[in-house]
Amino acid sequence: MSSYLVRRLWQMVPILFGVSLGAFAFLQAVPGDPARLLAGPDATLQDVQLVRARLGLDRPLILRYVYFLRNALVGDFGRSFRSGEAVAAIVARHFGPTLLLSVASVVFATVTGLGVGLLQAVRRNTAPDYVSTVVSVAGISTPPFFLGLLLIYLLAVGLRWFPTGGMGTARSLVLPALTLGAGVAATIARFARSSLLEVLGEEFVRTARAKGLEERSVLLKHALRNALIPVVTMIGLQFGFLLSGAIVVETVFSWPGLGWLMVQSISFRDYPVLVAEILLFSLQFLVINLVVDLLYAGLDPRVAYG
Amino acid sequence: MARTAVVSIGVRPRVVSLGRRSLARFVRRRTAMAGGIVSSVFVVMMLLGLWIAPYSPAATDYNRTLELPSLAHLAGTDDFGRDIFSRIVVATRYSLGMGLGAVFLGAALGMAWGIASGFYGRAFDNVSMRIVDIMLAFPGILLAIVVVAILGPGLVNVVLAIGVFTIPSFARLARAPALAAKAQEYAQAARALGASNSRIMGRHLLPNVLPSCLVYVTLRVGTAILTASSLSFLGLGVQPPTPEWGAMLAQSRVFLNVAPHLVIGPGVAISLAVLGFNLLGDGMRDALDPRLRD
Repeated sequence: MSSYLVRRLWQMVPILFGVSLGAFAFLQAVPGDPARLLAGPDATLQDVQLVRARLGLDRPLILRYVYFLRNALVGDFGRSFRSGEAVAAIVARHFGPTLLLSVASVVFATVTGLGVGLLQAVRRNTAPDYVSTVVSVAGISTPPFFLGLLLIYLLAVGLRWFPTGGMGTARSLVLPALTLGAGVAATIARFARSSLLEVLGEEFVRTARAKGLEERSVLLKHALRNALIPVVTMIGLQFGFLLSGAIVVETVFSWPGLGWLMVQSISFRDYPVLVAEILLFSLQFLVINLVVDLLYAGLDPRVAYG
Repeated sequence: MARTAVVSIGVRPRVVSLGRRSLARFVRRRTAMAGGIVSSVFVVMMLLGLWIAPYSPAATDYNRTLELPSLAHLAGTDDFGRDIFSRIVVATRYSLGMGLGAVFLGAALGMAWGIASGFYGRAFDNVSMRIVDIMLAFPGILLAIVVVAILGPGLVNVVLAIGVFTIPSFARLARAPALAAKAQEYAQAARALGASNSRIMGRHLLPNVLPSCLVYVTLRVGTAILTASSLSFLGLGVQPPTPEWGAMLAQSRVFLNVAPHLVIGPGVAISLAVLGFNLLGDGMRDALDPRLRD
């Protein structure tokens, strides 16, 4: 197990190296001169030169990449073009809200998705099954920004149950988490349904029933646990996509997270912040994939890593 | 009527061609048919939108702003008094056009990549598949946003951006059948007869790769439409006053309190288009290539 973990972590190195190279190349490819941008519209040529030297933009390309990599490894992504603040501090400040939102969405999506999937599998081909299938297909197809605006109109503007945006009390978390989690819940429900139906046909389920176990414990202890294996992968993959879904949802609800920050840094051409975010998003995605693989072994004793 | 005819094809013990059987399975899935109909309607709107739309999408009427849906204006009017229904119809050519364009671009490049990777093998295969892994490690919309950040917003750049993140999945999908076909006698024979590499890849490997990739194209169109409209919603895609569903939604946000119908029209259009193509794709996958099922 531990040697597997070491190998997997080791495999991440070339991928992260590739991502960092991509991110650096991106920094070089963006149009516009960041030094001129930072110096302001009234700056003289000399001012621009000064800013350029201060940012280290006058050094050769390879040297800049080496600096970039060395600094990135210790968490130093330079300073924001926009505010002059350290990028690491900015990103750290916006990380919490996104984490909170993602976790809340995943919890909501998992509970709802598994519940609906279980209901569908048990009541297969009945009205509740059909209705929830239609609802979940609609949930997958509705763009999060549209769903978000609908929820704002109905529950925030109309009924005034929740604020329309921003991050304040626990109440302000509800609508963004619902919006972000809806599609994931639908996907989980679909997976849980088909996975459960498959497991319910297995012999060990028949055995469990034959020895007189309550249906409830057959479902929850024997069927659900085995059906969870593909579902966990799904949740893990969805978690990664949640991080990117957050870009849209955070913009809709003015939620001060990483996604909102990303849109801001693009419109202000704040490239150091953008690059740090790209690296962070990729790292998160890789880590989540690893955690999902490790969870397999926990859920299914048949899976062994050596 | 049509349905009973289809069922009887399945029941009658007679040899039916593979195409016929696929069609029967396809029709049996009514949801797939519904998806096919919905996406056909959108394709027609994309091609003939300017002629279908009752008003010009740019015609303003300041005496009739933010009007509720009526017979004269089926989806109401926006803050400039423009007919929302006409704008939604005309927007299809941008929203759907971007989605289709991006997927075709990504599919063409991805297939070429996958075939080349399978054909040349060795180090080239190894390196190119690792690059695919890295690209797949990024969530799609993130990659698209990065590309748009480099190239700047706009219709063509959105197509390129979504095309880029569509490439790796097609490359991975195309590689395996290309690899298998390379080892077949006909490919070996072609090589023995002195066919060039590009001829072997184009004439002998490509036909093996096409079926799964074509099905996958349909499956990806929904995602591409969604991403394109998301980018426009974020202000990174098609810019106003061009009618585009995502951009229309973004502009309508401020009127949510007073005129929610501004949001509903374009939102429903995106949802329906995505739903239609997803259902069509699912049905095509089940009928033509069940192996793609995950």
